[in-house]
Amino acid sequence: MKNEALFRYLLRLGDDSLILGQRLAEWCGHGPILEEDIAMTNISLDFIGQAMSLLDYAGVIEGKDRNCDKLGLLRFEKEYVNVLLVEQPNGDFGDTMMRQFLFDAFRKPLYERLVSSSDKQLAAIADKSLKETRYHLKHSSEWVIRLGDGTEESHERVQNSLNTLWRYTDELFYTDEVEAQLIVDGILPDLSGIKAEWESTVKHVFSEATLEIPANNWKFDGGRKGRHSEHFGHLLSELQYMQRAYPNMEW
Amino acid sequence: MSTKEWPLWEVFIRSKQGLNHKHVGSLRAADSTMALDNARDVYTRRSEGISIWVVESNYVHANDPADADAYFEPSDTKIFRHPTFYEVHEGIKHM
Amino acid sequence: MKILETTDLEQKFQDKIDREVKIEPNDWMPDAYRKTLIRQMSQHAHSEIVGMLPEANWITRAPNLRRKAVLLAKVQDEAGHGLYLYSATETLGADREATIDDLHSGKAKYSSIFNYPALSWADIGAIGWLVDGAAIMNQVALCRCSYGPYARAMVKICKEESFHQRQGYELLTTLANGTPEQKELAQDALNRFWWPSLMMFGPNDDESPNSAQSMKWKIKRLSNDELRQNFIDATVPQAELIGLKVPDENLKWNEETGHYDFTPINWDEFWQVVNGNGPCNKQRVDARRKAKEEGMWVREAALAFAEKRKKKQTA
Repeated sequence: MKNEALFRYLLRLGDDSLILGQRLAEWCGHGPILEEDIAMTNISLDFIGQAMSLLDYAGVIEGKDRNCDKLGLLRFEKEYVNVLLVEQPNGDFGDTMMRQFLFDAFRKPLYERLVSSSDKQLAAIADKSLKETRYHLKHSSEWVIRLGDGTEESHERVQNSLNTLWRYTDELFYTDEVEAQLIVDGILPDLSGIKAEWESTVKHVFSEATLEIPANNWKFDGGRKGRHSEHFGHLLSELQYMQRAYPNMEW
Repeated sequence: MSTKEWPLWEVFIRSKQGLNHKHVGSLRAADSTMALDNARDVYTRRSEGISIWVVESNYVHANDPADADAYFEPSDTKIFRHPTFYEVHEGIKHM
Repeated sequence: MKILETTDLEQKFQDKIDREVKIEPNDWMPDAYRKTLIRQMSQHAHSEIVGMLPEANWITRAPNLRRKAVLLAKVQDEAGHGLYLYSATETLGADREATIDDLHSGKAKYSSIFNYPALSWADIGAIGWLVDGAAIMNQVALCRCSYGPYARAMVKICKEESFHQRQGYELLTTLANGTPEQKELAQDALNRFWWPSLMMFGPNDDESPNSAQSMKWKIKRLSNDELRQNFIDATVPQAELIGLKVPDENLKWNEETGHYDFTPINWDEFWQVVNGNGPCNKQRVDARRKAKEEGMWVREAALAFAEKRKKKQTA
């Protein structure tokens, strides 16, 4: 393989986009109001598009003739390396927007750095995705603020969403030998500033939303190592059904 | 079941530099930020816009169509306002 | 208003219609014209929204990522179409949410086709090809409808709809040219969607009492039977091209008339489905009602927030 670290990193980015895109697609036809149905489907479409680009490129790097479909729809549970946050169930609209916001606030500073990657293809994907991410972050921040500072009911609901999802945020900043190798190779810039930017965005939005950051510090991770939550198997059964039921066919 | 609903907004889009904003329809939103975001999602999915205006429908004022006859003075009878009224020499260009 | 004046207005109104002059919001119009349009446009809007459900059902299970993306875009379009139509309905003074509540209570109807289940991936192809195909036929005719906002919404919708039909036909073509299992999926989908698609055009002309007035007011431009015949004539060759068999023993090209002859439709099923006894009526309406009910707290929160911000600004 040309660059195993790059392959593994592209899978991380691709799986985050794929799984979150899949979750958002579940809202189609069930949104709280028609305009929001359209907005969420739009965002889902952006993520699926990113997944296709990232996983196709991962396949090229791997050099084993696997494209975005073979990688996206035919790996086994342990081989997916998305963070746990994105596979959490949609819950109510507040849960979905909170999950989205916590992720978007991470993606924006990440892509802002990836646009200067020495790998032209990765930089190009990041450039296109950054435009989308800026809009996603605007949309999800606005909703967290509206719901946090809306009615008593919405405030309580979205505070609960935050309380539940906060424990998955540490994993966003997980790095290991994969990132380390790419930084040595010069493909990834220094990623250490991302957490501080994320914290700043999050604090600012939560302050406007009158939300409190939970005290509970027990954090979950494992996604990057292929160790998922119980929800993941069910998600895969839907995602992979057609490929498993009708193997080796063109669609 | 109906409780207080999001207000109605009219949407105007300029699709290209040099063109006017055109009325494309309406949507529901709770505030102007949402109205602009929603307009982007609904009316520019095929890159049909570079500038969006939204106005709460309540704030659009219109003349009464019943008075249209009187309101719009028939310009047909004021033919000196039409360029075709004036004869121009054949040799004159750019007019 | 004096009777004489009303007749005079009605005369002027019909005259505009006869001269193909568009009626715009706030123009004088007979009450029955306004009511008919509100009903037709809102039911058209409801059809787009309910129509999202059978297809949205397969987004998470699309067989590859490209098909997933295409289906997401298509269903999103349908939501947008619903929105254009609700927006056109509101120009007549109808309240969007009131018409939606009528949908949820069973008072308002939507196209009967969406009460059928999408049971396989091939159904997504059949829906695009046949259901969108039938809708396009109806919508192209409506682009010349007398009411301005409705006609304009139709023009916009028609532009976007042709992608829908093409992706459906392309999907089925891939299956029809694929493995025996895939061919079977495609044929099975056609078998189940053919007759309900024909029924989309509504009852036979002699069973449609409101049609005459709607034709006079140019809310309806072509009759049910005309549209249905046009659809059959266009679609049968498309099926034959990809080796699929239309499930009608009596389907035959008639050289004299220049149209296909077909088995007369059994309308019992249609009326049962329209009256609430189709396979999916309950689950469709339940899903829409649930979406609104579970979304109420979100809508209230957004309004409350907007109020707070307004107060802050004027303070």
